[in-house]
Amino acid sequence: MLDCGLDMTSTLNFLPLPLVQNPRLSNLPGWSLKDGNAFLDKELKECSGHVFVDSVPEFCLPETELIDLSTVDVILISNYHCMMALPYITEHTGFTGTVYATEPTVQIGRLLMEELVNFIERVPKAQSASLWKNKDTQRLLPSPLKDAVEVSTWRRCYTMQEVNSALSKIQLVGYSQKIELFGAVQVTPLSSGYALGSSNWIIQSHYEKVSYVSGSSLLTTHPQPMDQASLKNSDVLILTGLTQIPTANPDGMVGEFCSNLALTVRNGGNVLVPCYPSGVIYDLLECLYQYIDSAGLSSIPFYFISPVANSSLEFSQIFAEWLCHNKQTKVYLPEPPFPHAELIQTNKLKHYPSIHGDFSNDFRQPCVVFTGHPSLRFGDVVHFMELWGKSSLNTVIFTEPDFSYLEALAPYQPLAMKCIYCPIDTRLNFIQVSKLLKEVQPLHVVCPEQYTQPPPAQSHRVDLMIDCQPPAMSYRRAEVLALPFRRRYEKIEIMPELADSLVPMEIKPGISLATVSAVLHTKDNKHVLQPPPRPAQPTGGKKRKRPSDDIPDCKVLKPLLSGSIPVEQFVQTLEKHGFSDIKVEDTAKGHIVLLQEAETLIQIEEDSTHIICDNDEVLRVRLRDLVLKFLQKF
Amino acid sequence: MDPECSRLLPALCAVLVDPRQPVADDTCLEKLLDWFKTVTEAGPSLLLLQENPCLVELLFRVLKAHDPRPRVLSFSLRLAGLFAAQEDCFQYLQVTPSSSVSQQGELLPMLFGESGPLGGAAWTAPTVRSGWLQGLRSLAQHPGALRFLADCGAVDTIFSLQGDSSLFVASAAGQLLVHILALAMRGPAEGHPSPQGCDWPACAQKIVCHVEDSLRSTATLQVTQALNVLTTTFGHCHSPWTQGLWVRLSPLVACLLEKDPIPASHSLVDLLLSVARSPVGSSDCGLWETLAQTLSHLSPTQAGPLALGILKLQDCPQALKTQAFGVLLQPLACVLKAAAQAPGPPGFPEGATGDSITVDTFLSSKSACVGLLCQALAHLELLQLLPQRPSPWPQAPLLRAAVAILRFCHGSAAPTSDVGGHLCAVLAGCVRVQRAALDFLGTLSQGTGPQELVTQVFAVLLEYLTSPDSSPMVLKKAFQATLRWLLGSPKAPSCCDLDPHTQLFLGELLPVLRKRLCSPCWEARDSGLEFLTQVTRHWGGQAAFRHALLASEVPELTGQLLRDPESYVRASAVTATGQLSSWGLYATPTGPEHPEVQQESLFTELLHILSTDSEGFPRRAVMHVFTQWLKDGHADVAEDLEQFVARVLQAASQDLDWEVRAQGLELALVFLEQLLGQPGSRCPYAVALPEAAPPATLAQVLQALCRVQLFEFALRALFDCDRPVAQKSCDLLLFLKAKATPCGGPQEAGASPDVVSVEAALQRWQAGEQGQPLGELEPEAVMAVLRSMDLEGLRGMLAKSSDHMEKSPQSLLQDMLATVGVLGENEADCY
Repeated sequence: MLDCGLDMTSTLNFLPLPLVQNPRLSNLPGWSLKDGNAFLDKELKECSGHVFVDSVPEFCLPETELIDLSTVDVILISNYHCMMALPYITEHTGFTGTVYATEPTVQIGRLLMEELVNFIERVPKAQSASLWKNKDTQRLLPSPLKDAVEVSTWRRCYTMQEVNSALSKIQLVGYSQKIELFGAVQVTPLSSGYALGSSNWIIQSHYEKVSYVSGSSLLTTHPQPMDQASLKNSDVLILTGLTQIPTANPDGMVGEFCSNLALTVRNGGNVLVPCYPSGVIYDLLECLYQYIDSAGLSSIPFYFISPVANSSLEFSQIFAEWLCHNKQTKVYLPEPPFPHAELIQTNKLKHYPSIHGDFSNDFRQPCVVFTGHPSLRFGDVVHFMELWGKSSLNTVIFTEPDFSYLEALAPYQPLAMKCIYCPIDTRLNFIQVSKLLKEVQPLHVVCPEQYTQPPPAQSHRVDLMIDCQPPAMSYRRAEVLALPFRRRYEKIEIMPELADSLVPMEIKPGISLATVSAVLHTKDNKHVLQPPPRPAQPTGGKKRKRPSDDIPDCKVLKPLLSGSIPVEQFVQTLEKHGFSDIKVEDTAKGHIVLLQEAETLIQIEEDSTHIICDNDEVLRVRLRDLVLKFLQKF
Repeated sequence: MDPECSRLLPALCAVLVDPRQPVADDTCLEKLLDWFKTVTEAGPSLLLLQENPCLVELLFRVLKAHDPRPRVLSFSLRLAGLFAAQEDCFQYLQVTPSSSVSQQGELLPMLFGESGPLGGAAWTAPTVRSGWLQGLRSLAQHPGALRFLADCGAVDTIFSLQGDSSLFVASAAGQLLVHILALAMRGPAEGHPSPQGCDWPACAQKIVCHVEDSLRSTATLQVTQALNVLTTTFGHCHSPWTQGLWVRLSPLVACLLEKDPIPASHSLVDLLLSVARSPVGSSDCGLWETLAQTLSHLSPTQAGPLALGILKLQDCPQALKTQAFGVLLQPLACVLKAAAQAPGPPGFPEGATGDSITVDTFLSSKSACVGLLCQALAHLELLQLLPQRPSPWPQAPLLRAAVAILRFCHGSAAPTSDVGGHLCAVLAGCVRVQRAALDFLGTLSQGTGPQELVTQVFAVLLEYLTSPDSSPMVLKKAFQATLRWLLGSPKAPSCCDLDPHTQLFLGELLPVLRKRLCSPCWEARDSGLEFLTQVTRHWGGQAAFRHALLASEVPELTGQLLRDPESYVRASAVTATGQLSSWGLYATPTGPEHPEVQQESLFTELLHILSTDSEGFPRRAVMHVFTQWLKDGHADVAEDLEQFVARVLQAASQDLDWEVRAQGLELALVFLEQLLGQPGSRCPYAVALPEAAPPATLAQVLQALCRVQLFEFALRALFDCDRPVAQKSCDLLLFLKAKATPCGGPQEAGASPDVVSVEAALQRWQAGEQGQPLGELEPEAVMAVLRSMDLEGLRGMLAKSSDHMEKSPQSLLQDMLATVGVLGENEADCY
């Protein structure tokens, strides 16, 4: 199984979880059907024309109907965003396999899960809505609830216990490490350049190679650069995790982010940045580190609020081997690879586990707050949205591309604060993909259907789709796709003593053949040719024969033949040996030599020769011997 | 020749032929040749050779050397050519043997004939082949030379050198052929020779036949060589014989058009344009036909330069001009067609309908599409600025096309056609086309357009200014184009303020500018500041602009950027704040009731930058702002003029950057002019003075100059180690002297003891000890010192370039000899 991401956009249908009692949210009117039926008014609330589920947020799980997840042997994880559904799979499906991921992926993935659990568990909500999920009821609801898919499979967030249990099933791997899977294939993680420890995977046998390219980046950010060379010579390249915002250039977006931040703070407003606790935030802090002095923002405090803020900032500094070259060299100076260490030292950046406690004492405005969750449905960000939403001096800047910012803002309407959308998605765009595919030249590309056509809103932008030859094979949800290659060969090892006994014969310059008599031993998908056991010595028959002694009979082997029969010379030979009235016919596969007098037919083809004569064994043997003269035996 | 040079020459010649001595570098040899050229042009070369036999000796010995050094051999060939340019000297070199008994023979055939370097090992060096060609080029000045060339078979060698591996040699060979052809046709053949060539001199006939053969060749390289020779011929020779030449060769040239692909199309275009510009063009109707044919045969990319060239011609048939204009417009017509939501003509003149060949080029590859569009935009931009541009000028469709291209590049176009979709994919994010289109759009601001189109122009410019994806260079171009369109926009009917559309646009523009001034990209901040400076310079007095700007927070941000970490941005911020302040638009956080407090603070801040900034650009910008403030009679500066000047000069005098010091003198001059009244017509620094300030008396002026320590500043600058500063100071003091002299000095020089101390200090300064101050100065003493100084002489000295001493031929010869140690007092000890 390749990755197990969690679709969190389902949470956008739910009301935010406020950290403190929020009269506005608790007093929202219940929603009733057009005919006035109000049986859903406890579950659904209306806010500025949108309807939300008033319940603990729920998540959309990976597809479970199509495949029995208990039969999955291995899960390969590409990056920490692609493992958020892991506890649902390892703890509730009977999964008994192994999960492979790099160390930073596991550590930061743990932080993301921990934050998620913390955000939801610290605001317990008694109510759990389920009436609206009834299919007949759902049909009557307004969009987007009406169109939500698989709502019956939506689940509440997992617990920390489940997280720990899930993570314990992960086996850590390093870049370029070769991992044998049951002897059948070898898997290797490669740096994908997107996030700390993010990987693409090579799955290969001796004769086939499949590359799985997930979230990858060619930009120079903090992680180790993408390893492109190892992707070459793939039979199939499965491509996913491209940028979600192909029209937004990350550099331009960072510029927008900084400008808007500066303008807001200069006017005395506060800036709220809903974000994940790891990833782009490192780059943003680095960018701000260089920018704040030039923009005269040195005195403005930056707050990073997350239950895992401290761990995230510290983890980033210790994963030196997973960082880009520049940052790695800093470690040897020795200096912290990320400049946020200096921001913390100089008190320009402060981090807190939540808004409660020390933060309330230190808090001063105007300021910049980085906090989660980017969906604006839970986490400390809910508090700041409520706190600052009423003033047009303040700005919320969306940098994470995973959620529609308009949908995220819907339960906060009417909103006076400014909203800026600067999605920073460093993953591959279509131009970069085209270059990558030209460079690595896979035989076939397999990708989601969405990548093979322009975005629906910009149907003329044919540059916003994958352009490769042969055209990419696309797939859609729940579609079963046969990959365009077949395993035709297996590698067989030969034992040294057996190899010693072989007598190769050169049949063409550079090509030698030898006959092998051996026992093929197959175990764990490894095939070994071993010397055949010696024929059993007659032992007087007293000893009882064990089944393992039952060896195959070694018959006397006929010599093998090789070579081709030159028809003209063959005919001449026949004539020399007294055959006359010989006719040669060409066929699609070779020739037919007709001995009309003898009423015999010799069919010569590339890989077979047949002598067809009417019960004249002597003639057949004579002819056979003439044929054999043209062939080599060994 | 200078006797001293004559004395040094034998030693130098000996060094040049001595294989043990290192050869002087190429620069020295080039300088030496330049000098010989001057000498030979000034007097008879024969006399020179007779008086300096070492020169002929040099040529002989270089020739006879077993393994001549290529540089020296090349030098000798060129030198011989220079001497032989004069006919008598040519004769002399042809027949005169060397004075040395061992060296006999005719020098010129030995140098340029087959027995010379031509067949030797040295010929493999490109410098020798180049020297051989240049020598012949100098030599070929008289009929004797033609005979010589024919006798020694040089012309065939030149033919072969046309294809030389060294581009310099190949080019020189082509040019030499043209020169020989022109020389051959001079004299008896001049006039109107028959095209058949029966009455052409043999040498000319040979060259033309060679050109004809090359034009018939199937090898593109040979065709190119022939076309290049002809291009140079028609470009440089305007004698009547060129007409005959064209009549003879034009059928062959026309034949090239029938080939597919047309060989050497670039050279062909150059030739046709060269002919069209020459007198031949005006008299040959067939030429216009050939041009028209060529236009239709060449690919769109190849035809572009030809079309532009045709449109630049003064006299050219209208039909051809229309066709050429059509070629230039075709790519844009194609864009308009691709961008059109509904079918319809793009609005261009006939002939520019975006034909299928252009469409094919667009679709063939990204680079072809981008190249063609950029070329068309650049050509049309050039054309628009010309007086002979086509009329009527299709301003509206051009505007539409430029807007469409920019939208394609930005990804905001929504075409329905296949070509449109392809263009969209090819041009999206293409910085090269964006830059070309923005430049073109900016140029189009000189014309007018329907309001609906102008609105579209401003909309697309705003898109680019707003877009986070605009690269720094594109953003700069967008600002420049916006400025041009803003300044070109019409005034409101009341004629005293901006029209409503512009006001509306400003309302949208200023928030964008504000954001750009906060950009983390310094180039964006810099472009924004430059735009602000320019727009304020023109509109600082417009009420609508003032109102919008003051409400926009932009002035405050500009002030903030005075402390930007990037020095270019600081410099631009200085200029911008200076400009804003001049119009009373600089942010006044202290409130409008105390503007002087704010002004003082800006002055102090700029003075602080002048005194402390580690980079030169901001300090230079401050000086420019201060000078401008002084010129404009900035109210707050005028309040305490003397203190302003004194503080600025004090800061500038200590600056390490000579440009800052020079600008300080500029400011001092402005101050001086303002004090002394209207300067005379002799003064180049004329400024309009406020009428209200009548000229003060000389004594008062001198007192004021002493108070602001202008004299100390100027006198110190007079001995500045940087020549431009000293020159400026000299000009200033001369101006002052001229102004003061008619009035008569109150005291005679030398009478005051102060003069002695001043002169002593000046002497120390001149000696480089500038640490000591001049102390308190009396006006009388200053004037006395000025009168006693030879400022005119000093100005003459300073006007000479700093290496005038070293540029003399004598110095050159000495240097070359010194390099090899011939002049050195200590010969190297050899053990």
